[in-house]
Amino acid sequence: MKIHEYQAKAIFAEYGIPVGKEKIAQTPKEAKAIAQELGMPVVIKAQVKVGGRGKAGGIKLVERIEDVEPVASQILQMTIKGIPVKKVLVAQAIAIQAEYYLGITIDRSKRKPILLASAAGGIDIEEIARTSPKKIIKQIIEPQLCLLPFQARNIGFKLFTDAKIANEFSDIALKLNKIFFDKDCSLVEINPLALTTTQQFFALDAKIVFDDNGLFLHPELKAYEDYTDEEVLEVKAKQAGLSYVKLSGNVGCVVNGAGLAMATMDLIKRLGGEPANFLDIGGSSSPEKMATAMNIILADKNVKVILINIFGGITRCDDVASGLLSAIRGLHKTIPIVARLTGTNETLAHNILKGSTVIPAKTMVEAVQKAVALAQQRRANQ
Amino acid sequence: MSILVNKDTRLIVQGITGRDGAFHTRSMLEYGTKVVAGVTPGKGGQLVDGIPVFNSVYEAKKATDANTSIIFVPARFAIDAIYEAVDAKLDLVVCVTEGVPTLAMIKLMDYLKDKKTRLIGPNSPGLISPEETKVGIMPGQIFKKGKVGVISRSGTLTYEICSHITQAGYGESTVIGIGGDPIIGTNFIDLLKLFNSDPETEAIVIVGEIGGNDEEEAAKFVKRKIKKPVFGFIAGQTAPPDKRMGHAGAIITGGKGTAKEKISAFESAGIEVIYEPSEIGSKLKTRLT
Repeated sequence: MKIHEYQAKAIFAEYGIPVGKEKIAQTPKEAKAIAQELGMPVVIKAQVKVGGRGKAGGIKLVERIEDVEPVASQILQMTIKGIPVKKVLVAQAIAIQAEYYLGITIDRSKRKPILLASAAGGIDIEEIARTSPKKIIKQIIEPQLCLLPFQARNIGFKLFTDAKIANEFSDIALKLNKIFFDKDCSLVEINPLALTTTQQFFALDAKIVFDDNGLFLHPELKAYEDYTDEEVLEVKAKQAGLSYVKLSGNVGCVVNGAGLAMATMDLIKRLGGEPANFLDIGGSSSPEKMATAMNIILADKNVKVILINIFGGITRCDDVASGLLSAIRGLHKTIPIVARLTGTNETLAHNILKGSTVIPAKTMVEAVQKAVALAQQRRANQ
Repeated sequence: MSILVNKDTRLIVQGITGRDGAFHTRSMLEYGTKVVAGVTPGKGGQLVDGIPVFNSVYEAKKATDANTSIIFVPARFAIDAIYEAVDAKLDLVVCVTEGVPTLAMIKLMDYLKDKKTRLIGPNSPGLISPEETKVGIMPGQIFKKGKVGVISRSGTLTYEICSHITQAGYGESTVIGIGGDPIIGTNFIDLLKLFNSDPETEAIVIVGEIGGNDEEEAAKFVKRKIKKPVFGFIAGQTAPPDKRMGHAGAIITGGKGTAKEKISAFESAGIEVIYEPSEIGSKLKTRLT
């Protein structure tokens, strides 16, 4: 689960990581009131959970109080990478001497957390990793011990000659480490960590991603939930035991198993179509679940055809078939459905679907071919 | 021959009295698996399908001489169940449970490094040595005893691919679902080693997906060490970045872990890339008799 910058900063503040003076606003008027309280100049920052906000024009420095309302209003009307901006963070602008990077994530191949630090802060860490990997200091963290003070100190002294500044930096690293372990994070990141002209550190930006699998250990994190419209659909799917991700094509898919669902999307693309979604119905397949799956897919207006690809194991094909039939009965519009049901109880399933409008297919390739052809045909007819 | 599990595998089911545990215990028994004990703390003394239930893995092992366990307990208790199986010194533990916290897994893997127990999973469909034993949730009927070793991060996609291997007449030596999580007990390389030294395995199929770089590491290993023909499939070529595709580990982050990178790693290691599951049969024909 990703959270907003302002939410991550609240956690930083709780752990004693220095953050600037700033407040969240939902209207231009609120933004102005905050600016008046903080004093000019201020930085107004769009709160959307995607990278590249600055490049998209979602972060603006404002010098004069009379400009705060129009700038805030402009940012609040923006959509960044498809996500509408609903809140802005109004922050007191500070005089920066240098910007650093500090983050902790998981090194999957070493199966351990890793701390990354760099004097080349402010830009994308992946970019630094690509162009000048030597500028990144890495420290593997032993999971039973967490980041040790001497390790944090050594990083501080690699980056700074001034002992006081080096110590402050390592202190921040240790606090970041504590958040990472306390809250079961996948990522905690300060980019940039600014050193001001008065030799103080401030987290200018903050990013925290919580491990979805660890959320049940931290009920307090529920308060940070704030889903976009698209995510709302994904969450709704999840509550029904489905896993859904919207894509931009027109072939809607219902598949059992994440790997097979991805392979189905890939085959659609390979055979000239565009998948509208990823949807894994999981291990069991009650009629209700099928109906929910169909409704979620049909909420996407681009969908021209539905492709069902089931390899029955634990999932019984007859369950899917009867679920499909009752889902079709409840539909408010007609849409072609191609179904490939193989494995456990497939003969029963085929008998159930006999006489229905569902177009049968024997193999995955045949099903995808039929669905792609139908999608193209329906598009041409429009 | 097969790897990791065979007809002599003596299995404990942890969470045998739960809905999933009971269901799959019956299915494994029907396949011929020697399920010798179940464990559910507090339900010791009961019977499930004639299988005795114990309060602890230690007691179950002591009473039945079991060497392997499969875990069906909820995510909240799964990590503890794995530690318990490791403490009882079983050879192999298979964790089917999905949703195990990543940091807890990281700590567990650190603990496991000098222990004799091998962990498969979590979030794994288990493994099968066809016509010998099934320690998992896969439908047994699609597999046939044979000479192709299969290692996969997926479940149903593996069934799809194995059904083509079976139809092509080759069959499988052992099929292992290593699990869809970012941190798992056994990775591709561990199993490539085992398949490489198994005389009955003549070809190996790797079924990977987006996220992490296990496939790239596996490719490097294949190039250096494996002389048997290796085939590879990667799911998720059309997956968007920063979106989890069902599995916790199937996510492209920071532009890393894409299908494209993995496919090119396969190609440069001499692994024959399969672009759609049904191709595996004809590709195997070009390399096997």
